Amino acid sequence: MSAAEPSIEAADSSYPTLLTWLSTVDHKRIGILYLVASLWFFIQGGIESLVIRAQLWAPRAELVSPEVYNQVYTMHGTTMIFLVVMPMLLGFGNYMLPLMIGARDMAFPRLNALSFWLFFLGGSLLYFSFLTGHAPDVGWFAYAPLTSKAFSRNLGTDYWILGLLVSGIGTVGAGVNLITTTLSMRAPGMTIGKMPLFVWMLLFNAGLILFAFPPLTAAQAMLLLDRNIGTHFFEAQHGGMALLWQHLFWFFGHPEVYIMVLPAFGMVSEIVPVFSRKVIFGYESVAAATVAIAFISMGVWAHHMFAVGMSRWLDMFFSGASFLIAVPTGIKIFNWIATMYGGKLWFATPMLFVTGFIAMFVIGGLTGIILATVPVDLQVTDSYFVVAHFHYVLFGGSMFAIMGAFYYWYPKMTGRMMSERLGRWHFVLMMIGFNLAFFPMHIAGVLGMPRRVYTYSPGAGWTIWNQLSTAGAFVLLVAFVLFFVNLIMSYWRGRVAGNDPWDAWTLEWATTSPPASYNFEQIPIVRSRRPLWDLKHPEDPDWKHE
Amino acid sequence: MSDQSIDATTAAAGADDNAGSRSTGRRWTEPTFDRGRTGMACFLATEGVFFSTLILSYAIYIGQSKTGPTPREALSLPLVIGTSACLLSSSLTIIGAHRGLRRGNLRRFFVLLGSTMLLGALFLAGTSYEWWDLIVNKHLLPGTNLFGTTFYTLVGFHAFHVTMGIIAMAILLAVVARGWISQKNPKAVELVSWYWHLVDGVWVVIFTVVYVISR
Repeated sequence: MSAAEPSIEAADSSYPTLLTWLSTVDHKRIGILYLVASLWFFIQGGIESLVIRAQLWAPRAELVSPEVYNQVYTMHGTTMIFLVVMPMLLGFGNYMLPLMIGARDMAFPRLNALSFWLFFLGGSLLYFSFLTGHAPDVGWFAYAPLTSKAFSRNLGTDYWILGLLVSGIGTVGAGVNLITTTLSMRAPGMTIGKMPLFVWMLLFNAGLILFAFPPLTAAQAMLLLDRNIGTHFFEAQHGGMALLWQHLFWFFGHPEVYIMVLPAFGMVSEIVPVFSRKVIFGYESVAAATVAIAFISMGVWAHHMFAVGMSRWLDMFFSGASFLIAVPTGIKIFNWIATMYGGKLWFATPMLFVTGFIAMFVIGGLTGIILATVPVDLQVTDSYFVVAHFHYVLFGGSMFAIMGAFYYWYPKMTGRMMSERLGRWHFVLMMIGFNLAFFPMHIAGVLGMPRRVYTYSPGAGWTIWNQLSTAGAFVLLVAFVLFFVNLIMSYWRGRVAGNDPWDAWTLEWATTSPPASYNFEQIPIVRSRRPLWDLKHPEDPDWKHE
Repeated sequence: MSDQSIDATTAAAGADDNAGSRSTGRRWTEPTFDRGRTGMACFLATEGVFFSTLILSYAIYIGQSKTGPTPREALSLPLVIGTSACLLSSSLTIIGAHRGLRRGNLRRFFVLLGSTMLLGALFLAGTSYEWWDLIVNKHLLPGTNLFGTTFYTLVGFHAFHVTMGIIAMAILLAVVARGWISQKNPKAVELVSWYWHLVDGVWVVIFTVVYVISR
């Protein structure tokens, strides 16, 4: 490891042109394409959130029209879920998974490229709807019968269906690829029980994709037929059931929540040990908790639907299952904290974000338990309390972990470190802005403010909470401007990272930064969960102790 | 990469283990996963879930139509028994085709794969006739009632998958004729046959639900 610091240009001597990026089948380039595309959509989804917050700054405001407001919050939710969080996780998965398991590429490189371009095409199709003047305006879960031709007369809903159908097929392709790569491409000696935890989480994440996306695809196909050739799947006047849409959508929608958070758990499980200078506490239980979460998450979907009035037994079942899923999730929290306990903590930016993740995710998890309680849910359903809850899980959870992952893996992807100073500012502002934006929503929700509402009256008592939220949103804007500046400037100005700037233990750090197109000159032979530790410390390798 | 021998390396690693190490005694040989087969199995799993959703939607709307025609009035059993026989027997012919190619018997491969395509095409022809009859004589359109809605969607998506299978087999015929696939690498044929078996298996469920239970 003590060889001369490698220069960045040494890794790849070919000159990248636009065409090489458009036609690439290299998992690393596709991973970067995923990340860049999702950052592009993140900017748009972020602007939409600022429009929402600005509109809600004052009671009876008319910054945008109600029609535009409906389009903006629909696109904000759809974008952040389908075009930002998921593809960011897939991007890191694409880039890191083959490196972590010691493979030269994904199992199906061309399918990989197809998956990315389908995702990008679907997202672009969705945003093209703005140019036609009719963006989707039915909410990200597009409840029937609001989506029927009678209530949604323009093409916005069709754009929503087609955009998500196309990008969904791409996601399924990525899921097939991740599973096959994990199962069939591991380096010699890397048994299932020696895989990095990020790989574990991606494997089960991909399994959830395979089982959760087809029902959405089928439901969207039905909706498309309802709207365009006059079928009656979701139309009550012909005997169809609007409730069927809710069941099919949430059968997808709840596993989707875990699709968006399991890889984030994986990132945390990679970053926490490295910055605590300890092996992960209870590797087996983290992996087992992942399996448990994946299975239970398929049986909790109707907790989104307590308010429609199902039978009491169904309510009890789905409520109980939702409580149950908190157990494996809690196990992981304990694992991470136990890993930190007694460790030699190093609060570099990735670790800051990961500790932020743990704190924020616990709050989101606790409000999740509150919402899984049927009587409470009936009181606060469809209120800003719910908005606060899922932002603590998806933003406080997934987004914090993803930001940690950017700071952690950027040196591997580009060969240069991101600025620590800007990173710390980014973290502090994001932490403040996030809590300022989303904590007051709990209170507004308990006070009765419904979600998706265009405006409110001055006497409702919600004004101050909305103004705090809006202020927080603009603090977040500053935080993310710093992030983007850091991301772009560090590409040219960052400190040269070397192969292994964090003194980490997984295989992606065993090769150059950025890795050559073939990843490894020699396929490594794995004998423990920390193969790079074994290489660095031949006198005390891990496999003697595992 | 796909033929890595994990057994050999774990055995080597095991030899160095300390006697007191926790891991001794619980080693097991991990199955090796073939790339093509694993990928195909994952893809077929998604297809299975997709069709389960459509079949479920059909099933919960059985008897919910507000107007006729009902499945009993509209669906003709003799025709569909004939087309089902075609489709199910094509699962056997594609197994034979794969076996023929593996043994280097190209004639057998071409004849049996051709018959598979023909049987699939007969199935589609039967479905087309059935739909023509339903539309023209029984006045059942997708928008007529819930039965029409769910029937055309379910059977239509299945027929689309049959069509895709026939196209895949046409591609197989072409690449085998060119010699790109032969006795040495017959896996593509095996994978297409897996897909074809899934399409057949789904049809068995559709037949039971649509033509037996709902009728």
